[in-house]
Amino acid sequence: MRKLAVPLISLIVLLALPAVLTPYTQDMVVRIAIYAIFALSLELLVGMTGLVSLGHAAFLGIGAYATVLLSGDAGAPLLKVLVVGVAAAAAYALFVGALSLRTRGVYFIMVTLAFAQMAYFVAHDTKLGGGSDGIFLYVKPVLELGGVFGNITLVNLDDRRHLYFTVIAALAATYGLLALIARSRFGHALAGIRVNEQRMRAAGFATYRYKLAAFVIAGALAAVAGVLLATKDGAVNPELMSWHESGAVLLMLILGGIGSLRGAVIGAAAFTLLKELFQAEALIGPLASHWQLSLGLAIIAFVALLPKGLIGLRARLMGAAHG
Amino acid sequence: MVEAAPALLRAVQLTRRFGGLTAVNGVSIDLHVGEVHAVIGTNGAGKSTLINLLSGELAASSGRIELEGRDITRMPQPQRARAGIGRSYQRTTVFPEFSALENARLCAQAARPRPWTLWQSAQRCAASMSAARAALDAAGLAEHAAQRAGVLSHGGQRQLEIAMCLAIAPRVLLLDEPLAGMGAEETDRMLALLGALKTSHAVLLVEHDMDAVFRIADRITVMVNGEVIASDVPQRIRTNRQVQIAYLGEGMEGVH
Repeated sequence: MRKLAVPLISLIVLLALPAVLTPYTQDMVVRIAIYAIFALSLELLVGMTGLVSLGHAAFLGIGAYATVLLSGDAGAPLLKVLVVGVAAAAAYALFVGALSLRTRGVYFIMVTLAFAQMAYFVAHDTKLGGGSDGIFLYVKPVLELGGVFGNITLVNLDDRRHLYFTVIAALAATYGLLALIARSRFGHALAGIRVNEQRMRAAGFATYRYKLAAFVIAGALAAVAGVLLATKDGAVNPELMSWHESGAVLLMLILGGIGSLRGAVIGAAAFTLLKELFQAEALIGPLASHWQLSLGLAIIAFVALLPKGLIGLRARLMGAAHG
Repeated sequence: MVEAAPALLRAVQLTRRFGGLTAVNGVSIDLHVGEVHAVIGTNGAGKSTLINLLSGELAASSGRIELEGRDITRMPQPQRARAGIGRSYQRTTVFPEFSALENARLCAQAARPRPWTLWQSAQRCAASMSAARAALDAAGLAEHAAQRAGVLSHGGQRQLEIAMCLAIAPRVLLLDEPLAGMGAEETDRMLALLGALKTSHAVLLVEHDMDAVFRIADRITVMVNGEVIASDVPQRIRTNRQVQIAYLGEGMEGVH
């Protein structure tokens, strides 16, 4: 129960926040929450299974493109967009995972990167993906309930508040699912694979299947973030699938602290806020056009000072107080 | 008597080549319940490779492996483990950050994996929990169950390694130097454990401690350069001229 206290309090605060937030900050929270879902999905691979993937953005992109392509000019039901987006990403994850999980270490990193670049170029260089400019989302997804009195719109993601609560609900569900996985037999087996895969095989675990299952679930969850991101931004472009995006989500985990769900959420918040800060011309002047440089330096400083991520900050401070 | 019973695990003409090197060359070996079958030999004789072949960690280049008469030569390692072949490693391979109990429980879970039960806590898995406790009991680690494996003594970690093998209730135990680095007292305890285990398991023991081997083994196979040069009861191995020359040297008479 104590383990749930902080996440639950955070959830209540998040649900109450729209009452006091300006539209700008509310958008910011939505962006952070979407990236938190994305980071959590990668945490299942990196932190829980010990698989470092540098191609995770492909699945985010598939979710995002599915949203826009399905919506077309007329819009599409939210459930349809979610189901198709997640299924498409899971299918691609099954394909990529089945091949890449036969390799290890740096080879695994390179193979996942290669498959993500493949998805990137499909979006970038085909008519389907709209080229380098991407595609606009003209009508955002809605959740309607059909009844005798006609259709009732339960969720309309064009509405800022609806979008906010939908994203927060998705974040809570993702966090909850991963917390369940971590304590389940599946999660314990993944932890064993992370520490010593060979020992797990000797113990009788078909580790390849476990890793593949984790890879597919991670891809599917990333697609949820992709659906929400496309809806929020009202557009997609190939950069969503670029290796920059895959690297950024890895950095979020490193920044927050690998090996903890909270770390993934904190890392997503820290990364998004730092990026916003270094891009704000009003705050830091002409340096804003070189935000990659200042963001990079800031991340290097963070990692040097907090090798266990922001989640290790408290232990670090307490250690300093005792020492 | 024992010879007459069919072998639980049998290897026939097992060979493994690494490029030009033949690490295991035409080795045949029978393991019976009630027997500790020791495999001895100098470093590089192919003992660990033999265990890797029998457990499925390495594929055989040629030859056949049978478990209760069933051909398992092509069976992948995890499946062999679930079919009843447990192994331990020369280097300790416990999961240091997990508790001793969780180490054994995780291994027990392989018998009933049910990975899709996401709503259920692994710690509440009654079947694997009781199997793990029984395994820790058998290995003499019951009072260390809650301790992190990484902080156990070296002997304790070796015992845990055995407990992890036992957790899935194997019938064959392939033990790769379980006595390595152990003190006299720890060795006695481990030998007593092996003596108890052999009544219900077929045990293959790779070991360098000759004293211990002659105390516990019912049958000894001697390997040199990947080949078996002798396989017999300890008394006759002791007096085998070929073994004396090839491996045990002059010190042979001194072993009791």
